[in-house]
Amino acid sequence: MTHDHPTTLLAELTHRCPLHCPYCSNPLDLIRAERELSTDDWKRVFSQARALGVLQLGLSGGEPLVRKDLEELAAHARGLGLYTTLVTSGLGLTRARAERLRDAGLEHIQISIQDSDDASAERIAGVSSVKQKRAAIALVRELGFAFSINVVLHRANLDRLESIIDLAAELGADRLELANTQYYGWGLENRAALMPAREQLERAHEIAERKIRQYKGRMQMLYVLPDYYEKYPKACYGGWGRVYLVVAPDGKVLPCHGATQIAGLDFPNARDRSLEWIWQESPLFNAFRGDAWMKEPCRSCEHKTRDFGGCRCQAFALTGDAANPDPVCTLTPLRRIVDAALHDAEASREYRYRGYAAEPQAV
Amino acid sequence: MTADSVPALWRLARLGYDDVRRRPVLLYPEGAVLLNDTGREILELVDGRRSVRDIAAILGGKYATDVTADVVEYLGGLAERELIRDA
Repeated sequence: MTHDHPTTLLAELTHRCPLHCPYCSNPLDLIRAERELSTDDWKRVFSQARALGVLQLGLSGGEPLVRKDLEELAAHARGLGLYTTLVTSGLGLTRARAERLRDAGLEHIQISIQDSDDASAERIAGVSSVKQKRAAIALVRELGFAFSINVVLHRANLDRLESIIDLAAELGADRLELANTQYYGWGLENRAALMPAREQLERAHEIAERKIRQYKGRMQMLYVLPDYYEKYPKACYGGWGRVYLVVAPDGKVLPCHGATQIAGLDFPNARDRSLEWIWQESPLFNAFRGDAWMKEPCRSCEHKTRDFGGCRCQAFALTGDAANPDPVCTLTPLRRIVDAALHDAEASREYRYRGYAAEPQAV
Repeated sequence: MTADSVPALWRLARLGYDDVRRRPVLLYPEGAVLLNDTGREILELVDGRRSVRDIAAILGGKYATDVTADVVEYLGGLAERELIRDA
C-alpha cells in the first residue's frame, strides 16, 4: 500500500541554540554538534523529500544559523523548488549572512519573540537577546524577505497578548503565529510554571479574535489554542505519517518532532535509509496509521477521521502508552489526567531552562 | 472581489509546479494550494495591474465566452484565504 505524499519537512539542522526557552520543542536529551548530519547528508535528504512530494521546508533547530552551511542548504532547497522557511531566534543573523541567504533564494524568515516586555522576554529566553532580535528583524525587512513572527504563549506573557500583537504589527510582520505552549519535553518539564489560568486564556481568546479582525489584510494571524482546555484533541500534524515529517539533527526521521520521547519505537535514520522507504515501509511511520492500532473509544468514534485519536506523544507522555487515546479527549476516562494538571497549574514554579544535560543551567 | 478589483498575489505566495503530483501549485508559508490548469492560467495573469475584468477579457477571448463571473468567484475564494489581495 502506498501512502499519501507528505507536504512538509521540518529539518532540525542542529540542537545548538543561544536561547534557553523553557518550552522548547526539542527533546530533553539534546543532540551535540558532532552527531549532526553533514552538508551532503542534508542535501540528499532535501532532494529525497522533494521526490516524495514535499513542498514546504522548514530550516529549524535549535538555532539553524549556527550551521555554517545554511546558505548552501538554502540554495539547494531553492533549486529543488521547495518553499523554504528559516525558523530562527534572529541571533547570529548578520548583514553578510542575511544577504547571502537572500542570494541563495531563501524566501521566508520566521523570527521568534518571547514577549512585548523586554525584561520578561529575556527572562523567558534565559539570555540577553532583545536587541539582537530587533536588529535581525530590521535586516529581514530591509532585504525584502517574507517575514513572520512567532510567539509561544504561556502564563508569563499571555496577559500582554494585545501589546505583543501590536508590537508584531509595528515590527512589520506579514504573518504572526501565536501558539499556546504544548506540554511535551521541556514544556512538560515546566508545565506547572507555564500553564496559564483559565481566566487568562479566556481574555486572550477574545483579544486574539478581535485583533485577527483588526489586522485582516495587513498581517495574517494564526492563533493556536491550548489543547488542555479543548474538549477534543488536535489532529497532530495532520495525523501520524500523513503529511508531515521531521529529520532530527542526527538524521533520525520522525512523524513529528516529539516522537523520540515515545519509548519502544525504533527510529529509522536518513543516513542508512531513503526517505521513501522510511515514509512508505518503515514500522515507525506505519505504527499509528489507519485505525487498527486504536483503542476504544477512538476506534468506533466518529471523530477518528478528523483527529486520528489525537497526539501519540501526548498519550505516551501522560499515560505511558502511545496507543491510548489522547487524554485531552473528554470522551475517554483518561481525561482525569489532564484535569488534574489544570488543577495543579494554580501554584507557580521556577523554570527549568533548556540546555545540555552536563552544562550548568543558564540564568 | 468584483469585476473592477485589481488583484495581486500575496507578497508571500508564489506560483510553482509540482512535478511529483504533476500539478501547478500556489506556495506560501506553511501551505500550498494544488491548482488545475484554469487556476494557473488565471493566476498567471494576476499581476497587480490588470483588473478582474481585464483578466476575464483575455481568458474569454481564448474560450470565446464571458468568464467574468468565474474569475470573480475563483479569485474571491483565494482572497478569503488572504492569498489574493487588492493591489
